[in-house]
Amino acid sequence: MERISLLGQLTQYFFTGITVGSIYALVAVGFNIIYNVTEIINFAQGEFVMLGGLIMVFFTATAKLPLPIAFFLTVLAVTGVGALMERFTINPLKNATVLTMIIVTIAVSILLKGIAMFVWGKDPYIIPPFSGSKPIFILGAAIQTQTLWVLFITAVVVVLLSFFFKKTRYGKAMLACADDPEAARLVGIRVNIMILISFALSAAIGAVAGAIITPISLMEYDRGALLALKGFGASVMGGLGSFYGAVVAGILLGVIESLCAGFVSSGYKDAVALLLLLLVLYVRPSGLFGNVEASKIKEF
Amino acid sequence: MQKSNRKMLFALIVFLSLFPVVVLNVGAIGHYLDVMIFVGIYSLINMGLSLLMGYAGQISLGHAAFFGLGAYTSGILCTKLSLSPWLAMPAGIFLTALVAYIVGVPSLKLKGHYLAMATLGFGVIVYIFFNEEVALTGGPSGFSDIPGLTFFGLDLNNELYYYILVWSLVVLTLVFSLNVINSRIGRALRSLHDSAVAADAMGVETSRFKLVIFVLSAAYASLAGSLYTHYVGFLSPSSFDFFLSIKLVMMVVVGGMHNIWGALLGTWLLTFLGNEWLHVFRDFDILVYGAVLLAIVMFLPEGLVDLSPKMKRLWKRS
Repeated sequence: MERISLLGQLTQYFFTGITVGSIYALVAVGFNIIYNVTEIINFAQGEFVMLGGLIMVFFTATAKLPLPIAFFLTVLAVTGVGALMERFTINPLKNATVLTMIIVTIAVSILLKGIAMFVWGKDPYIIPPFSGSKPIFILGAAIQTQTLWVLFITAVVVVLLSFFFKKTRYGKAMLACADDPEAARLVGIRVNIMILISFALSAAIGAVAGAIITPISLMEYDRGALLALKGFGASVMGGLGSFYGAVVAGILLGVIESLCAGFVSSGYKDAVALLLLLLVLYVRPSGLFGNVEASKIKEF
Repeated sequence: MQKSNRKMLFALIVFLSLFPVVVLNVGAIGHYLDVMIFVGIYSLINMGLSLLMGYAGQISLGHAAFFGLGAYTSGILCTKLSLSPWLAMPAGIFLTALVAYIVGVPSLKLKGHYLAMATLGFGVIVYIFFNEEVALTGGPSGFSDIPGLTFFGLDLNNELYYYILVWSLVVLTLVFSLNVINSRIGRALRSLHDSAVAADAMGVETSRFKLVIFVLSAAYASLAGSLYTHYVGFLSPSSFDFFLSIKLVMMVVVGGMHNIWGALLGTWLLTFLGNEWLHVFRDFDILVYGAVLLAIVMFLPEGLVDLSPKMKRLWKRS
């Protein structure tokens, strides 16, 4: 049997880690966008990722569309789901308690999961990698090309979002809502519309995450909950609401999980992420990177 | 106890006594007794959840874990150590209460979404534990041959006897819970639900009462778990997954979380829906569950117990 060097193993686990971590980061960013504008934690965030993956399967494998078009349509479709969710469930519930909001988003997540099971059944689906299945060898580790796609697209999303929140009118308006919805309303920002955009944008990011990870980890109808939980872990670790915190914490979480799966026990890899989540919640609810002044926490 | 509660309790006991008489004499619904045993088991958990959610205003998305801890403790002690089920049951309750206490102290400091996620995370960790500790729990395939209950030589592994046992415990727990609601703790909890800050300012020890109710609700769930184990005789982790936690919360919300009777109503309705009347949908029950939950929260936020008062209000207005 061929012995793989420790360095090779480490590299392998590291790349697996940052790949999965990128997905957690994207989910965490999705949580943050909605949280910043509405102070709601959207329990259906993981379902957007699941839908992204499965709709991508539909457009590439079933409808046989070219990759870029399929990708675009997938993101568009899930964005629509996010917008509909906001219009029909969040928007009508003005002044609802936190408990009600939690239950509403859970209800939506169950509904989306149910619809996905109805449409795609219980089996996991896979699509071919975006560019060939021949791995690249780095330091004795075999890296799938899809990994590079995941990292590249995650980076693009992060850059685009930074640009959106720093430079565009809508982005700035959303930040203003996050800061103080009343004041935002007074200066003429339509908070109502900003909430709609936040859900649509979160859904779009979820869809991107789902579409790029499906070639690596497959996708089935009930994947959403665990993804949401870990994404939430990442967003809490990074300090709820903090954009870069979420990205760093997401990738960190992925790497820790992957190293644990490789060297300790693969069965407990999901538990590790959750234990970390609990620890951070208990010890430092402001997050690992949340120790900036209050205004900065909400800064994207 | 309040007069209205006494009336309801009387009505419940009459219904419970007549139920087996009717059901056992109508062949087609004879198995409803079996379903009703599960209603009783889930009712035990949901009365605790109702106290926690409706009265203390705290959410738990991890109660399936407490249910599972009770079930596994009973199952393991009775098969591996051949302990009497009647000793294993309190042992399970003690262990579960201890775990709830350890988890509750830091968790209940968290609010709203954080608490929801923390309990959810806890639930999933326990679920993973059931799956991975194969030597102890039998892993994903679980273990069977768990002995049934006997009572002074009387074999209780018969639907009617088990029905009587489970529902007697439900009624006792209900009376106890109603007393808790009308006690000093109950009043403190209601004040906490309205405004924790105001309650604190009035000198109510909010954090202690929250913890008491959390531990109590875990103990109810553990008792339910033990009863489940000895009735089914078989355990596997999938009976205690995170979707069960969600379903339990759903039952409480659908019935009406600000009213302990609502928890019973919701449990009864959703268990019969899930086990019996939704069989046409088979695997797609999850779709129906989602739609029902969404509809209730959107249009009837106080749950089904609010349906007839709401109708009356609408009637008067028109």
